[in-house]
Amino acid sequence: MAIWLTENSKIIVQGMTGSEGTKHAKRMLASGAKVVGGVNARKAGTTHLDLPVFGTVKEAMDKTGADVSVVFVPPAFTKDAVKEAIDAEIPLCVVITEGVPVHDTTEFWAYCVAKGNKTRIIGPNCPGIASPGASNAGIIPADITTAGRIGLVSKSGTLTYQLMYELRDLGFSTCVGIGGDPVIGTTHIDALEAFQADPGTDAIVMIGEIGGDAEERAAAYIEQHVTKPVVAYVAGFTAPEGKTMGHAGAIVSGSAGTAQAKKEALEKVGVRVGKTPSETARLMREIMQSR
Amino acid sequence: MDLFEHQAKELFADYGIPVPRGIVAHTVEEVRAAAEQLTGRVVVKAQVKTGGRGKAGGVKVADDADDAVKKATDILGMDIKGHTVRKVLVEEASSIAEEYYFSFLLDRANRTFLAICSAAGGMDIEEVAHNTPEKVAKVPVSPLTGVDRAKAREIAAAGQLPEKALDGAAELIEKLWCVFVDEDATLVEVNPMILTTDGEVKALDGKVTLDDNAEFRQQDHEKFADKAAEDPLEARAKEKDLNYVKLDGSVGIIGNGAGLVMSTLDVVAYAGESFPGKPRPANFLDIGGGASAEVMAAGLEIIMSDPSVKSIFVNVFGGITACDAVANGIVSAFKLLESRGEEVTHPLVVRLDGNNAQLGRQILADANLPRVELVDTMDDAAKRAAELAAVGA
Repeated sequence: MAIWLTENSKIIVQGMTGSEGTKHAKRMLASGAKVVGGVNARKAGTTHLDLPVFGTVKEAMDKTGADVSVVFVPPAFTKDAVKEAIDAEIPLCVVITEGVPVHDTTEFWAYCVAKGNKTRIIGPNCPGIASPGASNAGIIPADITTAGRIGLVSKSGTLTYQLMYELRDLGFSTCVGIGGDPVIGTTHIDALEAFQADPGTDAIVMIGEIGGDAEERAAAYIEQHVTKPVVAYVAGFTAPEGKTMGHAGAIVSGSAGTAQAKKEALEKVGVRVGKTPSETARLMREIMQSR
Repeated sequence: MDLFEHQAKELFADYGIPVPRGIVAHTVEEVRAAAEQLTGRVVVKAQVKTGGRGKAGGVKVADDADDAVKKATDILGMDIKGHTVRKVLVEEASSIAEEYYFSFLLDRANRTFLAICSAAGGMDIEEVAHNTPEKVAKVPVSPLTGVDRAKAREIAAAGQLPEKALDGAAELIEKLWCVFVDEDATLVEVNPMILTTDGEVKALDGKVTLDDNAEFRQQDHEKFADKAAEDPLEARAKEKDLNYVKLDGSVGIIGNGAGLVMSTLDVVAYAGESFPGKPRPANFLDIGGGASAEVMAAGLEIIMSDPSVKSIFVNVFGGITACDAVANGIVSAFKLLESRGEEVTHPLVVRLDGNNAQLGRQILADANLPRVELVDTMDDAAKRAAELAAVGA
């Protein structure tokens, strides 16, 4: 079992004919994901990687039964691509593109809400979602881990991979990289809720980083709603105030949003927080082995 | 990118927002010329990208040009919360009847925009918001509907602005919304927004933060870049398209992925606590997922030119780019540096993990690079790098 992405998921790639889209569509196919086509209005009717290219998301869904879209289009066109996916009411839209202006993200999020929230958006600026052994939508390297019963939700790409790799013998139900931008579609809380409800997930790893108050709100949610064990890691204790560390969201201004504040909020509700990624993996290992 | 007050006001003026006449001055001579041109009473305002200028003595009223020079002598070169004052804005003094607060900003938690408005503006707005939150109106603004004159008036009224200021404030707020949207700003703040004794509503101050992600469609924003305040190493790194931030420690850091590098800083600082002098990370440097030889070489070069660096920790997780490719990248980077006559003089601790980790480690071991040590785990590698920095290597 898994959340949001299963072996039956049919994936289309918006921007498949571009270099990033091509590279990662190939990787997804190689990992066994059911990629069924691409979308590019200018190349509609052609084939790419032996897959049909459609003019619109709607057409691709009608012809292939696709229920997941992965977006690789450049930042200038991301807003329109996501709005098109929302209009087509595709159930899951994974936005990999990095560098999307926050006004655009805020707009397509508002658009999604106004249209009745029929599309789950993951990202932007995220590695995507992988349910090891079942499917893979995005750029997460599928071969570094195995299928299992741990759920993982993370703001950071490479830290996600690090944890997936360290716990590869135990394996994961689903790993979700939600992205580190200031405005994102799927939050820690959304993933916690889904993992709590998923019979295939026994325990949850949550990775956060400085900026915003998403981890603090996740802590409040855990206290109220999550009975499965959660371990967490927070990056950015040494990040200086007011400096951006690569992720647009990872910027500290004032006291709120610091790694220390997030760690304390999580520990207060009984979440064990690792000092390093490896210690976090050890904490999860203890939990899984004591079951 | 944060703008200086004078830049924010130049932007406001472009949108037809009333601001006092003002001239930027870098020297006392320029201050005198500016004050003489403006005539009458002027205000000399420190230009720094931080709040609390007024309380720090960075804003002074002057009666005439002589007085302006006197005041500017105190302000230029002053340190305000770690920011050196390199220029001042000399502005005509306004006759203030009332002071209000106004801002548009991104509300991350609710994933929407927010207008904040209060009749109780001025230097103590944070205290007002804390002690009497009912005096500060927070109005969500949808990016789909935006702000027209009617909505602007509604916001001003919610902030309990007096009737006599509503029309002027609504016009100003509507124009500020245009600045916020058209310039891809994440913050537009006016504190104080004033009502003059003549009944005009003006922006007496301006704080604007622009979204760096929007650079591709905001090419003229480049003119706002503050080259003088840039750290020279950061400026050089930027030229090479490296994601580098200078910090104050002695362990140089290179890694792939923003989250992993941020985590590496923490793990090094944590490991450093058990060594003499408690070595800390010297920088943040994310070379991205690819970790190519050129980028690795450019990164090593920048870090080695930082005189405070005593040891270097290369922390790479091989995902899409497997560890053997990364190892080859490091070997080529050494060759590239050697060919430029730049030897690697610092001890280098390398941790490779992930896809093809064994192969990657073997490649590095076979290359027998000078001063390179391989350590298998991130925690142990951080310890070793901190230890090497502590002994001064």
